[in-house]
Amino acid sequence: MAEAHPVGFRWVMKAKERGARIINVDPRYSRTSEIADHHVHIRAGTDIAFLGGLIHHVLETESYFREYVVNYTNASTIINENFKDTEDLGGLFSGFDPDTGMYDRSSWMYEGGEMASAAGVREHASQAFEEQTGAGMHGGKMHRDDTLEHPRCVLQILRRHFGRYTPEMVQRICGISAEDFHAVAKALIENSGRERTTAFCYAVGWTQHTAGVQMIRTAAILQLLLGNIGRPGGGIMALRGHASIQGSTDIPTLYDLLPGYLHMPRAGEQELDLKSYIDTGGATRGWWSNFDKYIVSFLKAWFGDAATEDNGYGFEAIPRISGNHSHFATTMRMLDGGVEGLFVMGQNPAVGSQHAGLQRRALAKLKWLVVRDLAEIETATFWRDSPEVQSGELRPEEIQTEVFLMPAAAHVEKEGCFTNTQRLVQFRDKALEPPGDARSELWFMHHLAKRVKAHYAGSTRKRDWPLVNLRWDYPELGEIREPDVEAVMKEINGYEVASGRLVSGFTELRSDGSTACGCWIYSGIFADGVNQARRRNPGDIRKEGGHVSPEWAWAWPANRRVLYNRASADPQGRPWSERKKYVWWDDAKRRWTGYDVPDFPAEKPPDYRASDDAEGMDAINGDDPFMMMADGRGWLYSPSGLLDGPLPTHYEPIESPVHNLLYPSVGADPTGIRWRRPENPLHATGDPRYPIVATTFRLTEHHTAGGMSRTLPWLGELQPEMFAEIDPVLARERGIEDGGWMTIVTERAEIEARALVTERMRPLRVDGKPVHQVGLPWHWGYAGGYPGDSTNDLGAMSGDPNVSIQESKAFTCDVRAGRRRGPSTERLKGVVATAPRVAPNEDDRAAELPKEVGH
Amino acid sequence: MTGTNAAPTELAIHRGGARRMGFFTDTSVCIGCKACEVACKQWNDLPADGSQFKKGGSYDHTGDLSASTWRHVRFVELLEPSPPLQQEAISALPAIPPAGELPDLVAMAEGVGSKWLFMSDVCKHCTNAGCLDACPTGALIRTEHQTVVLQADVCNGCGYCVPACPFGVVDRDPIDGRAGKCTLCYDRLEDGLEPACAKACPTDSIQFGPYEELVAQAERRVAELHGRGIDGAYLYGAADEPEHELAGGLGAFFLLTEPPERYGLPAEAESPIQENLLAATAAAVGAGLLAAAGAALSFTIARRRGR
Repeated sequence: MAEAHPVGFRWVMKAKERGARIINVDPRYSRTSEIADHHVHIRAGTDIAFLGGLIHHVLETESYFREYVVNYTNASTIINENFKDTEDLGGLFSGFDPDTGMYDRSSWMYEGGEMASAAGVREHASQAFEEQTGAGMHGGKMHRDDTLEHPRCVLQILRRHFGRYTPEMVQRICGISAEDFHAVAKALIENSGRERTTAFCYAVGWTQHTAGVQMIRTAAILQLLLGNIGRPGGGIMALRGHASIQGSTDIPTLYDLLPGYLHMPRAGEQELDLKSYIDTGGATRGWWSNFDKYIVSFLKAWFGDAATEDNGYGFEAIPRISGNHSHFATTMRMLDGGVEGLFVMGQNPAVGSQHAGLQRRALAKLKWLVVRDLAEIETATFWRDSPEVQSGELRPEEIQTEVFLMPAAAHVEKEGCFTNTQRLVQFRDKALEPPGDARSELWFMHHLAKRVKAHYAGSTRKRDWPLVNLRWDYPELGEIREPDVEAVMKEINGYEVASGRLVSGFTELRSDGSTACGCWIYSGIFADGVNQARRRNPGDIRKEGGHVSPEWAWAWPANRRVLYNRASADPQGRPWSERKKYVWWDDAKRRWTGYDVPDFPAEKPPDYRASDDAEGMDAINGDDPFMMMADGRGWLYSPSGLLDGPLPTHYEPIESPVHNLLYPSVGADPTGIRWRRPENPLHATGDPRYPIVATTFRLTEHHTAGGMSRTLPWLGELQPEMFAEIDPVLARERGIEDGGWMTIVTERAEIEARALVTERMRPLRVDGKPVHQVGLPWHWGYAGGYPGDSTNDLGAMSGDPNVSIQESKAFTCDVRAGRRRGPSTERLKGVVATAPRVAPNEDDRAAELPKEVGH
Repeated sequence: MTGTNAAPTELAIHRGGARRMGFFTDTSVCIGCKACEVACKQWNDLPADGSQFKKGGSYDHTGDLSASTWRHVRFVELLEPSPPLQQEAISALPAIPPAGELPDLVAMAEGVGSKWLFMSDVCKHCTNAGCLDACPTGALIRTEHQTVVLQADVCNGCGYCVPACPFGVVDRDPIDGRAGKCTLCYDRLEDGLEPACAKACPTDSIQFGPYEELVAQAERRVAELHGRGIDGAYLYGAADEPEHELAGGLGAFFLLTEPPERYGLPAEAESPIQENLLAATAAAVGAGLLAAAGAALSFTIARRRGR
């Protein structure tokens, strides 16, 4: 965090000065490790084993916060008798189909519960949203055992599932000593409970793995067991990789989401009309019973008066997804000739994305490419300067891609909101006008849309209906005709269609077409006609609860700063302790009150009990804090929502020097996406040619692939050259000198780097044998004032089954002394097919190649 | 600056009501982010220094304070090589550890306090400033804030200030020829703003303010760290006994946790002229007398010849 979020780290320092203990678990000793009270070296990719070990320890020593666990989690819920755990099946859960590499998840359900019908195989990473929230669970009453002793209750299943994740196993798998393990366990347990809370912070060191989502889940389970969720100073904070990337998933740039985490409708499913979409997306129980209000209001925002009840508010005009259209799936399709054009805005896949050589070869198959950025980045010059051009594999005169490089305004040259990881939305004013032709994203998209609409104006074709009827009347200001960003914010906030009155929150949204709202979770950001995100009043920290600072900017939803804060009070509505008071039930006023906006219906008393046939929010009891889930509980065990298991399991990364000690016959995540193609060669587990674990990392001095930092001498000079961190023993073995050259090699590429031989990197004893790790910063590329080789050339494309994120934090390589022998990606020259395999308008499924499973 | 410590050559600005201002750089909360280095470059529009990976500097590739780097972050990796590796360094041929045998790097690192030192170095704005004493042109002056400022438009590039600084702060620009160093953001102080580095520092490792207040704050901080078991914490350049003062006391002083040499700082320091004041004065007077005697002698000889 000190490296990638130095300004945010200010608060960690302040906490440390007030006596907080900082524990840093990282394959490397970074600048954060220096500040931490305790640093634990871990083998990259083994976090589930470590966290699972902590869960095992907490369960076996009964150190969990029992009252919280019994009342607020699904620990007591009984699971259906057909469920089989990884301990029963050698690393798989029940329902695995080796032909498709996917699970039939019906055996994972609660006893008595029913899944939403999920006929057929779901493609990767377009998981139905209703499955993530259990909104699809219908009917039946859940069976529970509050004594937590029933053999099929979640707690007992959890114990069996993590039964072999002992400290000794953690040592063997992760290379973490029993001493370090127990020190961390003790610190966590002593700092959790009524009087104290512990927070976890993580970044892409957890997300960028095939088991990335499950790694985060393991932490969530641990935090629920310790009673840290929904409490001040607790929770899990995701440190994002890019400014406002939280906003980019809220108001989405992800293919499978509509704004506010509504899901994109899918072609060929039961979502062809609005009613069936609402039936599958909405829920009969819990907060998602309001689903219809959000989707209808959203459609009214998009299509204005053209959206009427008769035409389902234009629902049928919304594009549908027909498969996995995530970044890497799209890259593969590009490689196969199936994509004509691409907009790349504030992104640099030519060096910033995994298997960068493949990204560049795929770009060469496009007809046109628009790159919007502050500088001439590698994605814009791949056709001239890339390693593939250097090796002669691609020739500029043969590349058909027409590249348009459009200048972008910098962050001080445009106004708008940034959304931080903690859902805090801060509006910023512009400091100066952008130079020359540089323009903001808002300007670009607005004027592009206007031109596209003009082109289609008057068309009567059904397929053009969305463009013709898209409501696009933002006022334009100033000489360069910048769209009024506050007008956009007001639309996002929501308003009454007839009067134009801004709503003050999503509770005012209706499903009858009388309200419009661009993004329901942001509703309230312009309440009372005031730009709430512009507020900068920190409040008085000396006052009780002053640290919450509710008048500093605005957080979604409804300016709530800690989600699920109902859990900060006990089942009777009293704070767990005076010290950790946050939100509580005021019996005199018959309302919830406290330092933050209560995350609970304001007037629902703690002793409210739902009747068996209750629906919507009436089905949530007064002591069910997790009201976005159909059963109102925090899910230790996820009966639905994840494609690779209801519980996290230690799987090795796809490329690993060691076999899976717990599940040798399975190895890596069996549902992980592997893209087995000649262009994407993977190393077998334990391949002696690639015995070193490679992990990537960031430096404070640079940002992502260096597009913004290697073009600025004041930053470039701070870290001028690509380097790799290597431990002294491995350096000695390979004849690599500190400050000298070294080359890192995989089947995909070889790159050169300066060697930083340091004791901060350590070999680990894994199952008794030494395993070395090298740290690779990924900030370099062939463009800019401080060029260097790109770490991303080394990795293969692979994906987490749930979200398709790449595995860049743990793969294997070898290292040798000296510079590389030729252009970095030369070894795949001639391997990449040149003939197109799919036409641009051809259906995805036809092009989808079969996946192989297992390791 | 007046009094016994002021060198004869010191040029100072006297403005009533101004107080001595300084920096207290607390390395115990530094995260090595280099925001200070960049903020200083940006505010003073200084050029970048170079583009080479510097071996042995850990994460530091700008190397040193210079005419174009006025705030510089030093990184020191403190982990000593383990005994087996040290052995190998001594013997003629390096031995590769047999497969499976690892020096116990875990044990080796225990007992070392910090493992990685971060320190934002800067001009010390000394009470007895060697650069100021040596400057023949008056380019270097003492401001009303008791800081030492180098006026680039007066500097003739003679370079006398360079060896006179015991800390290696000031240097001449190889292209421009003139010397340059931290001005404690004299221009920002004029407008009531704090120096750029202090403003940019996210953890308040760099603190700016009236000198006496900073010293008092720093002494409290040292006591606090001692209370937490960090016994190695001490102030470098402030609150010393008179006979142990560095250059009469540093306007920009530091909290360190290791001996000064680990940070590339001298254990003792003084302005060369102050050190040698008596000897230099005696030598100057002696030389002057000798010159006068020589002149008188030559007149006498010439007169005798002339008769």
